[in-house]
Amino acid sequence: VSVRAVAALFSLPLVAQVSSERIRNSEREPGNWLTYSGNYQGYRYSPLVQINTLNVARLKPVWMYQINDLNQFETTPLAVDGVLYISEPPSNATALDARTGRPLWAYRRTMPPDVRVCCGQVNRGLAIFGDTLFLGTVDAHLVALDSRTGHVRWDIVVADYKTGYSITVAPIVVKENVIVGISGGEYGIRGFLDAYAAETGKRNWRFWTVPGPGEPGHETWAGESWKTGSAPTWVTGSYDAELNLLYWGTGNPGPNYNGEPREGDNLYANSLLAINPDTGELKWHFQFTPHDVHDWDANHVPVLVDATVGGKPRKVVAVANRNSFYYLLDRATGEFLLGKPYAQQTWAKGLDDRGRPVLVPGKSPSLEGTMVYPGLHGGTNWFSPSYSPQTDLFYVAAREEATSFYLGLPEYHVGNFFTAGGFRGIPGLEPSGAVRALELEAGKKVWEFPLHSPPWTGLLSTAGGLVFGGTNEGHFFALDAKTGRLLWRFSTGGPLQANPISFLCDGRQFVATTAGHTLFVFGE
Amino acid sequence: MTPLTGEPAALQSRLNFRSSINMRNLAILVLLSFQCAAQNQPAPDVGEKLFLAHCAVCHGPKGDGGKGTNLAQHRLPRAPDDEALARIITFGIPGTEMPLTRMTPQQLASVIAYVRSFGRMPSESLTGDAQRGGELYRDKANCAQCHAIHGRGGTLGPELTGVGVRRSPRYLRESLTDPDAAIPDSFSSYKKITLIPDNFLQVRVVTADGRRFTGARVNEDTFSIQVRDAAGRIQSFFKEDLRELHKDWGKSPMPSYRDVLSRTELEDVVAYLVSLRGEP
Repeated sequence: VSVRAVAALFSLPLVAQVSSERIRNSEREPGNWLTYSGNYQGYRYSPLVQINTLNVARLKPVWMYQINDLNQFETTPLAVDGVLYISEPPSNATALDARTGRPLWAYRRTMPPDVRVCCGQVNRGLAIFGDTLFLGTVDAHLVALDSRTGHVRWDIVVADYKTGYSITVAPIVVKENVIVGISGGEYGIRGFLDAYAAETGKRNWRFWTVPGPGEPGHETWAGESWKTGSAPTWVTGSYDAELNLLYWGTGNPGPNYNGEPREGDNLYANSLLAINPDTGELKWHFQFTPHDVHDWDANHVPVLVDATVGGKPRKVVAVANRNSFYYLLDRATGEFLLGKPYAQQTWAKGLDDRGRPVLVPGKSPSLEGTMVYPGLHGGTNWFSPSYSPQTDLFYVAAREEATSFYLGLPEYHVGNFFTAGGFRGIPGLEPSGAVRALELEAGKKVWEFPLHSPPWTGLLSTAGGLVFGGTNEGHFFALDAKTGRLLWRFSTGGPLQANPISFLCDGRQFVATTAGHTLFVFGE
Repeated sequence: MTPLTGEPAALQSRLNFRSSINMRNLAILVLLSFQCAAQNQPAPDVGEKLFLAHCAVCHGPKGDGGKGTNLAQHRLPRAPDDEALARIITFGIPGTEMPLTRMTPQQLASVIAYVRSFGRMPSESLTGDAQRGGELYRDKANCAQCHAIHGRGGTLGPELTGVGVRRSPRYLRESLTDPDAAIPDSFSSYKKITLIPDNFLQVRVVTADGRRFTGARVNEDTFSIQVRDAAGRIQSFFKEDLRELHKDWGKSPMPSYRDVLSRTELEDVVAYLVSLRGEP
């Protein structure tokens, strides 16, 4: 072994130290994917250009990795210096050699038989800091793993899963805090957002998304209803290092469909929160859907862009909300700038000048069922939008699907389903979907690519002029980011229900997505 | 009155769906509540509303069947008494598309009363001759070209093995004379992801080189569509290769038999179809 080879070995450490600074400057290392959305601003955009509009037609699978679990495989892999770190359902983690797909280690967690999840024992991804990975679990723990071996560094209880809490969200690390949200909006939990010291697992702060007695916003809940107010935090937020603010969405109030026991606006359900990541202090909030009765969680990745709005430079946050409106807010102050439907909706006449919906009467759930656009699963859902600085377009996977909402009994028992109603499909009305490109500043549709059915997968845009997306029928495809023209497609054989990423290995660009129970890695 | 909040607390608390308690105890609990609730006067308008919201998508707004069984019968095979019906509504039927539906005891009683009202309607006396109907089915009407019984016959239309259980005579008669009036609904029970659509949508395509095909959609995605033609052949197309693609929502691929069969013959075929109860 030559001296040079040994030196090379040491200069390219196999396991990297990922600092918060590296994540903050993620555009400096476009070959890696260091955090859930690719950067702190929530772009899900790859600056890589090797795969582009001219050659994407030649894209083909390079390797696949199959999991051994029947729950949905919804992970966003992290790509760090030649290794992909993925979570697997229900709450497992695996490191894969990015070159070959061969596992390097596996963390396998035994799940208690009585975990409470509304919609499958899933996990959406890991966070990394230093050489530690962070995994939220369906039994509501947060686990720190040695990224070199998968060995547990610490394992702490975030909440008691027996009362309906679970974790499916990918955490993010801001400075030395691991920020993790909670699921359980169908179980009458009291929602929160937590921060834990990356080194020790000690909790540094907790922000309750349903204010307790004496706290501002508590008056928006009738009687004792705040105790089962839900407002879960189950999709990863974004972070503005300059303003030092964390942006995180909250879900539905409990019970979902029957608002009678919880008269009031029900803060901070269905809201976007701007929080100081050092202290957990709330800077501002914006509620998209006050007193929600349609389960329109605001659990989305907020997209942070420095834009020009009305001729003035503005730090904005853009959200395509489950209620079918696209919103633009000033992210320093929370001021409402713009709101416009991006998908069909029949519940609001519009938004007033402060962004509050003006309701169409008679759209609440009823005994006989009330048909509303969007349906329960919304104009979009948890899967990610994408923003390309190259085109200045905001891309959203939109759903055109009405459902009929009906009322049920608002009866709470600890750890039990607490939705007080439900939904049905509409006979004879076939739902559909589309990938839509919106002008970031105006929310105006620039193009759309129609989909046969309402999608369950997010989007990735790239500096190669591409937008990658997927279908329930198993297609992974690439569109021209400027025009929406289809450039490439591949049939994976399983529904896509995740978010794509892109990374470099051996200097070559790859695109990865899960489909069915398989992780696919595509290259030229 | 809103039945959700107007319930006495004592009744509400009996409907306790804890996932940890065992199913048998739960069944007893629910049935106890049901018996208790049955002493209340079930509200007929509530029963109708609930039926339309929860049941009609499969069992038809008049209860005379659809994807789900025809409820307009004196005796429901799986639900000979009200307790059995309560159990089916509350727990669903495992292994079938019949879902569980959680209701208050009074709501449950109201739905049951409404369902039972279908069976009390004066039942239609069938005037047709089932045996003659069977002959017509095979010969003159040529139903087997498109429909199968016990896996024998055509593939374009729905399987008819158990159609006599699923559909009322009124429905079957209407389907024969006015097929468009009774197209099986799709998308009725919500599906997060559809593997195979469960309707019989008629589609017409024109290929780029001018060839025309009409048939029933077998499957479809963003990029392709599969169609079964009248001869039972699968035609598969990439949408980019089609000049035209029409979806004839509300149109059945089945022809009307109004002018093909006499009144008597029509009743014979109805009688035959009613005799198809699924038994081999």
